[in-house]
Amino acid sequence: MTIPAGVLAALSAIVGPGWVRQSDAELETYAGDGLPTHRSRPGAVVIPGTREEVIRIVRELASHSIPFVARGAGTGLSGGALASDDAVLVVLTRLTRILEVDPANRLAVVEPGVVNVRLSAAAAPHGLHYAPDPSSQTVCTIGGNVAENAGGPHCLKYGVTTNHVLELEVVLPDGGVATLGSRNGEPWGPDLVGLFVGSEGLFGIATRITVRLTPVPTAVRTLLADFAALRTAGEAVSAIIRSGLVPAALEMMDRNCIGVVEASIYAAGYPTDAAAVLLVELDGADEGAVAAECAEVELLLRESGARTVRVARDEAERTRLWQGRKKAFGALGRLSSDLVVQDTVVPRSALPDVLEQLEAIGNELGINVANVFHAGDGNLHPNMAFDGSDEAAVERVERASAAIMKVCVAAGGTITGEHGVGSDKRRYMSLMFDADTLGAMHAVRLVFDPAEISNPGKVLPAHACREWKMGVAS
Amino acid sequence: MTIVHRIRSLVGTDAVLETDGTGLPRVAPRSEEEAALVLRTASEAGWRVRVEGARRWSPDDAPADLALTTQRLSEITFLDPADLVATAQAGVAWDDLRGALADQGAWAALDPPGTGRSVGSVVATATAGPLRGGFGNVRDHVLGLTLVTGDGRVVRPGGRVVKNVAGFDLAKLATGSFGAFGVVTSVTLRLRAVPRADMTLVATGTRDGLLGAARRILGAGITPGALELVAPAAAQAADWALAIRLIGADAEVQATRNAVGGAAALGFAELPAHESARLWSDILAGAESGPTTVRLGTLPSALDDALDLVAHHLPEAWLSATVGSGTIRWSGDTTHDRVKLLRHQAAQQEIPLTLERAPWPMRESLGHFGAYREGVGRLVGQLRRAFDPHGTLVVPVDAVA
Repeated sequence: MTIPAGVLAALSAIVGPGWVRQSDAELETYAGDGLPTHRSRPGAVVIPGTREEVIRIVRELASHSIPFVARGAGTGLSGGALASDDAVLVVLTRLTRILEVDPANRLAVVEPGVVNVRLSAAAAPHGLHYAPDPSSQTVCTIGGNVAENAGGPHCLKYGVTTNHVLELEVVLPDGGVATLGSRNGEPWGPDLVGLFVGSEGLFGIATRITVRLTPVPTAVRTLLADFAALRTAGEAVSAIIRSGLVPAALEMMDRNCIGVVEASIYAAGYPTDAAAVLLVELDGADEGAVAAECAEVELLLRESGARTVRVARDEAERTRLWQGRKKAFGALGRLSSDLVVQDTVVPRSALPDVLEQLEAIGNELGINVANVFHAGDGNLHPNMAFDGSDEAAVERVERASAAIMKVCVAAGGTITGEHGVGSDKRRYMSLMFDADTLGAMHAVRLVFDPAEISNPGKVLPAHACREWKMGVAS
Repeated sequence: MTIVHRIRSLVGTDAVLETDGTGLPRVAPRSEEEAALVLRTASEAGWRVRVEGARRWSPDDAPADLALTTQRLSEITFLDPADLVATAQAGVAWDDLRGALADQGAWAALDPPGTGRSVGSVVATATAGPLRGGFGNVRDHVLGLTLVTGDGRVVRPGGRVVKNVAGFDLAKLATGSFGAFGVVTSVTLRLRAVPRADMTLVATGTRDGLLGAARRILGAGITPGALELVAPAAAQAADWALAIRLIGADAEVQATRNAVGGAAALGFAELPAHESARLWSDILAGAESGPTTVRLGTLPSALDDALDLVAHHLPEAWLSATVGSGTIRWSGDTTHDRVKLLRHQAAQQEIPLTLERAPWPMRESLGHFGAYREGVGRLVGQLRRAFDPHGTLVVPVDAVA
């Protein structure tokens, strides 16, 4: 099915003909996001330039019951921003205004298309930054971060997106507008901001986002520790968490990942014979205090069995150590034509066991699983490089993903920590939630979007949701 | 068959407690399944149910056919000090939870106002205390929970890990909704290790002088664990007080102490441990010193105006303001009309007023939240119908039109 010509004409009238895309070649560029195993070409693409245009677009589509999918930079890793050919993709990358930076109240108001790192740059003159820092932060948008409840390495200390969003202006799927929360962080009723963040585009489109800003730490220390065994590295993570110190970041890379990074242009000087390295960052406002914590972490790492511990001597060395971590996905992408970045979370104390189980899954299926992840949060990212044109390879990757999900849920964890459910993980939702809980989620979806036209077919496995009957009493 | 007989036949004679003299039957389920059975039955029969915790914070005066108390849901069912995660049933006393955590070297960075609170009450009402400025609101500590809906379905959003985006965040919806969507029967909290250093500084002076100092502290990029401006009636003193709590590693706390002194340009007294514990527990206890407690949310830069507004409409009584989050809490004796007018005036300045505690007639008339912002009332109403289709739960969230 295609989008009716009359609707396309109406969309053109709203945004101008230059901002509606409908040729096959144009649509093909929007057929994928960061998840290589799923592709879907939208029926049309519309690129509004103002919030008013977003409202008019949604009203136009709702009046014809045409589904739509909001999209930011398309860096999502769960197929959340894919639209089918009966749906219109609403791309928000022209809504790039930073409307306000209020240093006295440590907040900013932005449009959804603002790139994550640009907001921090705008806040920097005031000694502030936007703390959630997904690895894609030089590209990804705040609107996408809100939809996915994005995380990042420094979320261990500072919290994920939902901890930083104060107020949202949203266009509901029927074209109505609602203002959720308040700029001081009082929910002003039930916490609909908390409900909206991470709803993956199923509740509408955020057009104005008020976020909390955080002081930039002036003192930073970064350590690199390497381990002869994965288990020892996992135990070191537990020792640090238990100690009461709260590192800004606590990241791990395993042998497979180290090897790939060191063979790439992003080589950071990680020891290639190590089973794992830990990258630990401590920050604060006082050099002496951070140095004292750094010394303590160094001791904890050595006591936990680290072979060597290296403290970055200067900013250049720190940048180099981080470059290896931040560009690991890029380096892994060189291995093969396609890369699946999985995303699960386990209790931190379960890391040593789970890492061994993941290794076994890779060995059994003949897949090279490389782990680079937020160890301090227990947030695993097993990476699997493969050739997407090889059907057998794709099938093995899918089997490995399913096995990884089962292992992590069995360990008391979750199927996604920061990438979202999207198209990819609907099939695993029943591992986490029973039919009543899924039914409740579906009921909430119907409150926001009774016609189910906003990002249909994502998040909820329709067959597994127990039906909820809506009451009439108030 | 009377309601008491029905309930006894469902959950056993010993699950029905003595009535409190009003003749209202009170049922104390021992499991989520029993709570679900009671609410399912109530919903089908058209009974009105009020939910009770420790009966210390919210008055148990809502008219109903049946009271459901969480007091027998009193287990800490999971506590992992290595992972810094714990699950407690709703009826666990907050103080007991704090004690059990401390025994394992763990700490929840929440200091709910009031005394003798239950875990369920703290989460259902989202009442964070002074630590909100440094560690976030109640929502920021809840990893998952169990909610028994008004029609007796058991919903378990979230989980036991510190990062989780699987499915919609219904735990946020339940946290702070005063039980409008169901009974919170169990909560999983994110913990921290017991702080190594915990220092309290106090200065006294005029309201505006102290507020200026507090703003300079925040402006210097310092985020104390607590930065609380306390009114004379609450400080039990002639002057206002600014109480600061610094929490963290030893060197960090010492460094922050020096930075605070420099930024504030104000002399602070450092309190010995026993005095600081008493200061903070007095501040928390004072939040229930009057029959009514309200909470207003404003911006740190607009706190003066909001405090003026409160002083204009409400009598001088217990008042405390968490400067970093712009939260004002007032407790005292006042009238329905005064709160209504204050809420109206505050809303015009984009300041939400939440009625945290009040006698039933005021709660019923004004609602915990009153009116909402553009487009929100319809959503809240429909969410309530989804979770409590027969209006079983007696929870007045909206103002009577």
